Amino acid sequence: MTDTGTPPLVRLQDLNVKFVTRESTVSAVNDVNLTLKAGEVLCIIGESGSGKSVSMRALMRLLPERRARITGTVEVDGKDVLSLKGKELSDLRGGLVSMIFQEPMTALDPVYTVGHQIAETVRRHEGCTYDQGMERALELLELVKVPSAERRLRAFPHELSGGLRQRAMIAMALSCRPKLLLADEPTTALDATVQIQVLILLRKIQAEMGMGVIFVTHDLGVAAEIADRVAVMYAGRIVETGTVQEVLGNPKHPYTQGMLSSTVHGNMRGKDIEAIPGSPPDLRAMPPGCAFAPRCKYAEAACTTALPPEVIFDAGRMARCIKVAPDSVRQKELVPAE
Amino acid sequence: MANITMSPADAVAVQGAPAVRVRSYWQNVGYRLRYDYLTLFFGAMVMLILLSAVFAPLLAPMDPYESSLINRLKPIGYKDFILGTDELGRDILSRMLYGGRISLTMGIMPVLVATLVGGTLGIVAGFVGGRTNMLIMRVVDVFYAFPSILLAVAISGAMGGGVVNGMLSLTLVFIPPLCRVAETATSQVRNLDFVEAARATGAKTFSIIRVHILGNVLGPILVYSSSMVSVSILLASGLSFLGLGVTPPEPDWGLMLNTLRQAIYINPVVCAIPGVAILITSICFNLVSDGLRSAMDVRL
Amino acid sequence: MTVTEDTRKAPALSAVDRKDLRDRGGERQPMLIARELKKHFPITGGVFNRAVGHVRAVDGVSFTVMKGETLGVVGESGCGKSTLARLLMHLIEPDSGELIFDGDAVGEKDGLLVRDMRRLMQMVFQDSYSSLNPRMPVEDSIAYGKKVHGASEAEAKAAARELLTKVGLDPNLFGPRYPHELSGGQKQRVNIARALVLEPRVVILDEAVSALDKSVEAQVLNLLRYLKQHFNLTYVFISHDLNVVQYVSDRVLVMYLGEVVEIGPVDEIYENPKHPYTQALLASRLSMDPDDRIEEPPLVGDPPNPINPPSGCRFRTRCKHAEKICEIDRPILGEWLSAEAHVTACHMFVPNSGHSVAAGAPVPPTPKRTEAAMAGGD
Repeated sequence: MTDTGTPPLVRLQDLNVKFVTRESTVSAVNDVNLTLKAGEVLCIIGESGSGKSVSMRALMRLLPERRARITGTVEVDGKDVLSLKGKELSDLRGGLVSMIFQEPMTALDPVYTVGHQIAETVRRHEGCTYDQGMERALELLELVKVPSAERRLRAFPHELSGGLRQRAMIAMALSCRPKLLLADEPTTALDATVQIQVLILLRKIQAEMGMGVIFVTHDLGVAAEIADRVAVMYAGRIVETGTVQEVLGNPKHPYTQGMLSSTVHGNMRGKDIEAIPGSPPDLRAMPPGCAFAPRCKYAEAACTTALPPEVIFDAGRMARCIKVAPDSVRQKELVPAE
Repeated sequence: MANITMSPADAVAVQGAPAVRVRSYWQNVGYRLRYDYLTLFFGAMVMLILLSAVFAPLLAPMDPYESSLINRLKPIGYKDFILGTDELGRDILSRMLYGGRISLTMGIMPVLVATLVGGTLGIVAGFVGGRTNMLIMRVVDVFYAFPSILLAVAISGAMGGGVVNGMLSLTLVFIPPLCRVAETATSQVRNLDFVEAARATGAKTFSIIRVHILGNVLGPILVYSSSMVSVSILLASGLSFLGLGVTPPEPDWGLMLNTLRQAIYINPVVCAIPGVAILITSICFNLVSDGLRSAMDVRL
Repeated sequence: MTVTEDTRKAPALSAVDRKDLRDRGGERQPMLIARELKKHFPITGGVFNRAVGHVRAVDGVSFTVMKGETLGVVGESGCGKSTLARLLMHLIEPDSGELIFDGDAVGEKDGLLVRDMRRLMQMVFQDSYSSLNPRMPVEDSIAYGKKVHGASEAEAKAAARELLTKVGLDPNLFGPRYPHELSGGQKQRVNIARALVLEPRVVILDEAVSALDKSVEAQVLNLLRYLKQHFNLTYVFISHDLNVVQYVSDRVLVMYLGEVVEIGPVDEIYENPKHPYTQALLASRLSMDPDDRIEEPPLVGDPPNPINPPSGCRFRTRCKHAEKICEIDRPILGEWLSAEAHVTACHMFVPNSGHSVAAGAPVPPTPKRTEAAMAGGD
């Protein structure tokens, strides 16, 4: 990918993640290439099992070391994440990179108050006193627009509503001013009126702090609200990338097109939805060639024999489909089927 | 009205389905057990112990009751006494084999009966809930307040010694914990959607319990009760040791341990034999139930 | 796995007769009338498990469901929509209120027995790990309901296999499988088949597509549409997804903290929402257009706790039009019984209620998303 002088904040090169058990090997992520510039918001869109969450956990080395085989290059801010050890790794987590999850109750400790948890995180990473940490915690809760923040500092996680809990987790994730924020479906479990509040909040904070954000979601609407760029994943591969306007407005890959046409809205009343038939492939036995071919209405013989190449249109605009490859477009060499 | 047809897109949900072999839960458990060699080994040990007790009359080289004043407390391998003799000159091996019959019966029977009674009570309490649950579980809690050995001793003491009374008291001891396990498992399953769905079809309580609850709670109950067998053997031995279970001259491991106790300075190795048998048996049962637990821990 | 030509072919189905032989009350008689349904769950505490408070899960809910229509029920988590579904099925006994099924009062003397009602009304649960018995092949799960009502083993099995075909699953391939061997969408098809085995007239769908991936959700929605026509069904479709509700529903009911705030025909509700909550809910829908992002959240804060809901109008704590009257007086839903009615429980729409808007003051502008913007991205 052509790029100007500054190195990217995140660079994934040929990332592969396989989960190995006695019975089977699951290829969760296959040859993923991605870059994220500082201050950019990238949405990874995909359905369950597409490998979107696994890729993100690989970025932070959160996968079980014994079962997950990670190969390829993962660079964050110039650091080779896959070779980090001990202290360096814990400095990366929560210092340079932090993460927010779908269910805040799993990330917050139920036996400590919200203020205490944020203060402890600040103290650990910045080496300040507990009281300074508490002050910072108050600032952070105000930053994420928690009403009556001072009182909420002393609240336990279960005493907060879903939206406030999510805000508290965001505050904790921001406590050490990370350069990169990873968000794993943080608004999926929230109600519509609360979801939009959290999305707007994240958008504002991102702009103010200039963080890079990788936001994993299955919801195209969420991507439309928050993303600068979008990467669509299917069966462990990125099938399309581009700016959010390009991908949602002019999708190239049949899968992205199918996702858009099967997203329900009111105008379709009384008509059948153009659904994508079938279900995603079994990651234990991936078909050769394009993984989407069995569900694709444009599929032809060539789709199932060899993996389609990454067809690159502009910098950052890519679709992995043989149907969109005009001769004039520069192509990477054909990758033989596995 | 025109023909309504399903869009072809919809009719192909079958596509992309993983080609998996269809195995039921119990087949799955069996499949896992087959590759768990440790559990298989200890399972074989348990079988061996059980068989040796069943076939004691065929296997025992001598009469377990026949005493001899000359051959008292002989060491292992003395003449024909492979495991030596006890304080009355009776053959230890024969007494061990016969003793296994009583000891194992006292170990297994109370657990079996308690599983039936306690399991039923627990499932009813868990499924019906409300006041019935309160009543059953509070009574159970009262029994819980006492350590199991104390409870067994107290009940046996009140009813008098003997094998039957011993087993009865042990049964009473095991009903509360099994009831509690069954209740917990049932009340978890009861609130799952598929049970609601069964209620929504208008099914009767008994039918729901039989078809939907039982299959889902049997696993945890069985694992727990199999781990109770070793406890029961130990408790039964304890009762006999205290003179509350089996009465002399019946051969029983716990009782033998008691009577041989006096000879511990004369022939310590022989004295230890019943104890070792109790230990090995309970360890075998314990490890088998552990294996069962991990085999049944299949997340479906 | 390859797909044979057979499975791609749509099952040939003849049109069904619109006239349902089971119809008792006539075409104009609503299929369901729920009147003032109420369910408060006690919160117990202390040593003696005494009630220390009540969750007002469903608090005086009234509505009708017409024959052959789909009534959409929307609301946020904790608004009582799932409790409502269980009240309709009598899986939970209501504290008060009545339910009339095709002219017959349910569970009352001279009325319809709950057990008989359950044959006529069935429910599809959200796909979760617990929606199907993990120890049972799915065809047995479907057949169970039939057996409960006295069918023989063979009859029940045959019905189950036929329904599997109807929901798009090959009975030979899928019938003997266990739930863990199916994908989410396939399990949901089985759940639907299980609900249909008793040949119900009403199916309650409680977040039936919410847990599914978008592409699978579309398949299941198409299936539901087809089944509705084929079996002449009436749906009560409960969901938090406003777009899906708009797609499937003929009429929509909006709930907030255990109460109905607005009910009416779908186009009325979506194009001309009256209640401030409905307006905010609709304005919170995400646009599919990255160039038309929502800049200001339509509502702030979370829904209050249903244990001690606000006095008067329950929405007043988040409503920007709230006035004194909203605190004092609980607004009532107007004339809800007819199928065409578009009514709302808001003081602004009751003449002489004491609210300034009702007295003629101009309504402050509310955020509104146009239909064109919603359809963007195509």
